[in-house]
Amino acid sequence: MAEASAAAPGRKPIVPFLTIPEDPAEKPYLSGSRCKRCGATYLGTRMACSKCFSTEAMESVRLSDRGELHVFSIVHQSAPGVPTPYVAAIVDLPEGVSVRCNINGVEPDPAKLKFGMPVQMVTETIRTDREGNDVVAFSFKPA
Amino acid sequence: MRDVAIIGVGMIKFGRYPEKTVPELAGQAALLALKDAGMDMKDIELMASGNLYQSNAMVGQRIMQTIGQTGIPVINVANACATGSTAFREAYYAVASGAYDTALAIGSEQMGKMGLLGGGAAGGDPAYSTEGVLGSGLMPAVFGMAGVEHMRKYGTTQEQFAKVSVKNHKHSLHNPYSQYQTEVGLEDVLNARVVSWPNTLYMCCPTGDGAAAAVLCTMEKARQYTTKPIRVAASVLTSDPWTQRDLTMPDINTLTRHAAKEAYEKAGIGPEDLDLIELHDCFATAELLHYENLGICAEGEAGRMIDEGATYVGGKIPVNASGGLLSKGHPLGATGVANVCEIVWHLRGEAGNRQVEGAKVGLAHVIGLGSACTLQVLEKV
Repeated sequence: MAEASAAAPGRKPIVPFLTIPEDPAEKPYLSGSRCKRCGATYLGTRMACSKCFSTEAMESVRLSDRGELHVFSIVHQSAPGVPTPYVAAIVDLPEGVSVRCNINGVEPDPAKLKFGMPVQMVTETIRTDREGNDVVAFSFKPA
Repeated sequence: MRDVAIIGVGMIKFGRYPEKTVPELAGQAALLALKDAGMDMKDIELMASGNLYQSNAMVGQRIMQTIGQTGIPVINVANACATGSTAFREAYYAVASGAYDTALAIGSEQMGKMGLLGGGAAGGDPAYSTEGVLGSGLMPAVFGMAGVEHMRKYGTTQEQFAKVSVKNHKHSLHNPYSQYQTEVGLEDVLNARVVSWPNTLYMCCPTGDGAAAAVLCTMEKARQYTTKPIRVAASVLTSDPWTQRDLTMPDINTLTRHAAKEAYEKAGIGPEDLDLIELHDCFATAELLHYENLGICAEGEAGRMIDEGATYVGGKIPVNASGGLLSKGHPLGATGVANVCEIVWHLRGEAGNRQVEGAKVGLAHVIGLGSACTLQVLEKV
């Protein structure tokens, strides 16, 4: 029992729906679940379907790492310590689920962003947590 | 359900009152409303108190400890920005149901210079904070994106959104309760620093302190107190239904549309019957979306509506004659009751230089993200 708590620091996702495979050669990906009755798809896991209320266990889905830019805002003023300006966005994934993210690799200028433009997910270690784990986050960039 | 009337309203000028406590701010508003009604605390059978940032601190009871402890039931309410309007609805249903003959609804908030709201605390290790990493949950960006979605659908421009700020600031010049009473031109708005594009500084509501109160009673009882009772024709509260992106990007449109449908049905009116609207312009972008959500213009026509000036006082359907959240201020828990005060003053013909002439039916709209929508349809009797 004691050895379980003494795990060496490793990599941890910033949110539970970002899955980090055990094999370091494999890329992290977004995980979702799909309702077997109505097909509604969600980020992460759920107890029941918010659309049709089915409580049947959902199907796990590995979400695409490519999507389309739905909308964005250029954030110039943020919480203390958050670098600005940056592009905050909603990206639609082909599985019918949307994700909130930063769009990097493009100037934070509305003229440089196009509705529906294809975007590609990238992941990186952004911080170290109190226990020494690497915190892995995702963002999107123009594809 | 019984017919319910508003017989007294009162609010304090929104602003910053660091030297006062929340019960003092709220107590002032409550006493103004009671005086306006011709009642005192012993006439009140139930209190509903809305306050968000002290929602664990028995604000309603503390108000009574300030203005009169009668032992009546107190309901403390928190529902994000819809906190005050939800308290109003609790008071309304307490009377409409037949359980109580009189009720006092109070909304209060003391925010000081709180800064940007939303985004959520990481709770625990800040290494897992998602703000600025996974987009933004802060309100300026959330409502920025909601506006950008309207741009995407209909080609609405930043300038059209900015015109909302020009209008509401202009309206505020005539409202002595407004936190700011400053006229701004279109260029001032567009050249102000960007908070979260397309919203610039003047397109974002301020934080602040404030309180507002309303006395409700049965229509039968109202006749004993006033010759100008205002009937609550509908009081609606909805939460966000499932829509495709709602869990990622709060769908304020479907939320408001569901509430509007229910409110119009309950009141037996349509949007064309409204003489004025106080709606939730927490950001300039939000106001245009709600023109369509509330059905006062056709889909995609909100930009044209502000271009034509139809929502100015004196226009086809005045919106936010008070100055709106953008100028009057948005002390969260107070907002939903303050909107009711504003509509009541217009329906009584007591709104001074900002009076919407001949107003008979008004609508007060509030949304709280997370999400809640309230609508109150008020009618001159």
